[in-house]
Amino acid sequence: MTTEELDLANKAGVPARTDEGPVQYVNELTTLNLGPTHPATHGIFQNILQMDGEKIVSGEQTIGYIHRAFEKIAERRPFYQITTLTDRMNYCSSPINNMGWHMTVEKLLGIEVPKRAQYIRVIMMELARIADHLVCNGILGVDTGALTGFVYLFEEREKIYEIYEEMCGARLTTNMGRIGGMERDLSAEAIRKIKKFLAEFPKVLREFESLLNRNRIFMDRIVGVGGISAERALSYGFTGPNLRAAGVDYDVRVMNPYSSYEDFEFDIPVGQSGDTFDRYMVRNEEIWQSLRIIEQAINNLPEGSHFADAPQYYLPPKQEVYKNMEALIYHFKIVMGEIDAPVGEVYHAVEGGNGELGFYLISDGGRAPYRLHFRRPCFIYYQAYPEMCKGATLSDAIVIMSSMNVIAGELDA
Amino acid sequence: MQLTNRSKQVSNKEMTLAEKMYLPAITKGLGITLKHFFLKKATKPYPDVKTYLGPVFRGHHVLKRDEQGRERCTACGLCAVACPAEAISMVAAERTKGEEALYREEKYAAVYEINMLRCIFCGLCEEACPKQAIYLRHDRFVPVFSDRDEVIYGKDKLVEKSDDRYVRTNPNVQATPTEPSLSRSVS
Repeated sequence: MTTEELDLANKAGVPARTDEGPVQYVNELTTLNLGPTHPATHGIFQNILQMDGEKIVSGEQTIGYIHRAFEKIAERRPFYQITTLTDRMNYCSSPINNMGWHMTVEKLLGIEVPKRAQYIRVIMMELARIADHLVCNGILGVDTGALTGFVYLFEEREKIYEIYEEMCGARLTTNMGRIGGMERDLSAEAIRKIKKFLAEFPKVLREFESLLNRNRIFMDRIVGVGGISAERALSYGFTGPNLRAAGVDYDVRVMNPYSSYEDFEFDIPVGQSGDTFDRYMVRNEEIWQSLRIIEQAINNLPEGSHFADAPQYYLPPKQEVYKNMEALIYHFKIVMGEIDAPVGEVYHAVEGGNGELGFYLISDGGRAPYRLHFRRPCFIYYQAYPEMCKGATLSDAIVIMSSMNVIAGELDA
Repeated sequence: MQLTNRSKQVSNKEMTLAEKMYLPAITKGLGITLKHFFLKKATKPYPDVKTYLGPVFRGHHVLKRDEQGRERCTACGLCAVACPAEAISMVAAERTKGEEALYREEKYAAVYEINMLRCIFCGLCEEACPKQAIYLRHDRFVPVFSDRDEVIYGKDKLVEKSDDRYVRTNPNVQATPTEPSLSRSVS
């Protein structure tokens, strides 16, 4: 008897005959609430699963447990304050969100950012991508029972956070960069730390790979689990590593380069069938590619200013504020959000840790966005979750979710 | 689906004979764990050993005094406007005769409160302050609370004590992106 037939028989409430034995009453399906506060879901997700034994017959998700109405809050905030909202979406890679937002506003205001600032942004975004993928792949190991690799990787993530700390003063909710550039140039200490990270990290990553990549126990657990075809993935609107795992080499950094990504050489890793193993391998290879990009960026860091010449939008130095009347006026106007943005409609997308992170901004000429929409990849992935875990076991469902890297903060925004 | 010429196939699901056997993977894993057993520990015994936080770390707020020990804050309210979390509130008052040694300008903050449950430590107040009065210390965290009444920090906790002046340790790094230096006196 297939699960569909069982399901039908169940609905009708009739006893059914199985192939194996005599007349047997159909097991009723069990309703299982996976979440909202299940430790294995890494966030506040609820999945109402219909279980037939250990097989998942169907699932339904509930979203919105940590909905904080960012899009609505943003309608009443000056542009620079919205950065702190983007921090809290995908908190594993907040610099990418920050810079994506800054680039969107710069597109609206028509600010050209100097090359040096663009390169620093690239370095920070790629570090954030590494941190994001480290979390995802490490946690995937934990969910399959391999805690060890995760612990060793997190030592390295700590080093990335130390670089953030050097750069912007915070670790998780970074609020990094400003509209028009970076808030401060890379310090000598930051450059030293980045170079040290580039030198030491590959060894640790190779060790992690040797622990998991070709490990039979790990592979048995994830190969063929939660596959999705390229067509289905595209019709759901997948992007990022999850789409690449299905074999489509779509990457915003290549298809629509921003922040000088066209200057760098890197490959787009793709998988075969979009299953958990492919997603794992794609993320793993992307870490290597990110390292390549950072290396190119730090070695060819251009000279020049780290912020654009846009006095109406970028805070003047404090010395100027005391001495120069215009600087003082601009300081107050910028901080109080009294600069009117031009009327316009822009969409800007960056390749976030999870996929295409888009900002759709409509300005009616006021001091805050008229409407702001975040295209959050996690929200889209989560729609496909019931389809992907249909027919899988409960333990597979956990693995599928953690390999998709659905982050609650980004899902609900 | 091929969209670019930069794609690279990374997934290989075929296992070799050596990989098919469980034992090598298990011994390899045990070996790595054993190796780490003898390596340097990454953890730190926190209260005794404090982590290096970087010269620009955004920690505990402090309301600076100037060189003569007068409060710099003039209660202009720019930090409250800049705060995305709406955590700062203040009441301004006029300096009376005889208070010149306490407050630098004619106007000062009689009440200055930060709600630490709202504060997100983004550092925008520090950047907004035109008097270089508010800073986020790089060397001190805001401690945990056990009581809801403790979360609103008034001037008693925020204004720096004269025997506990706050200085940035690295003079080469700017605290705020736009900061000149703390020693600059503004008349």
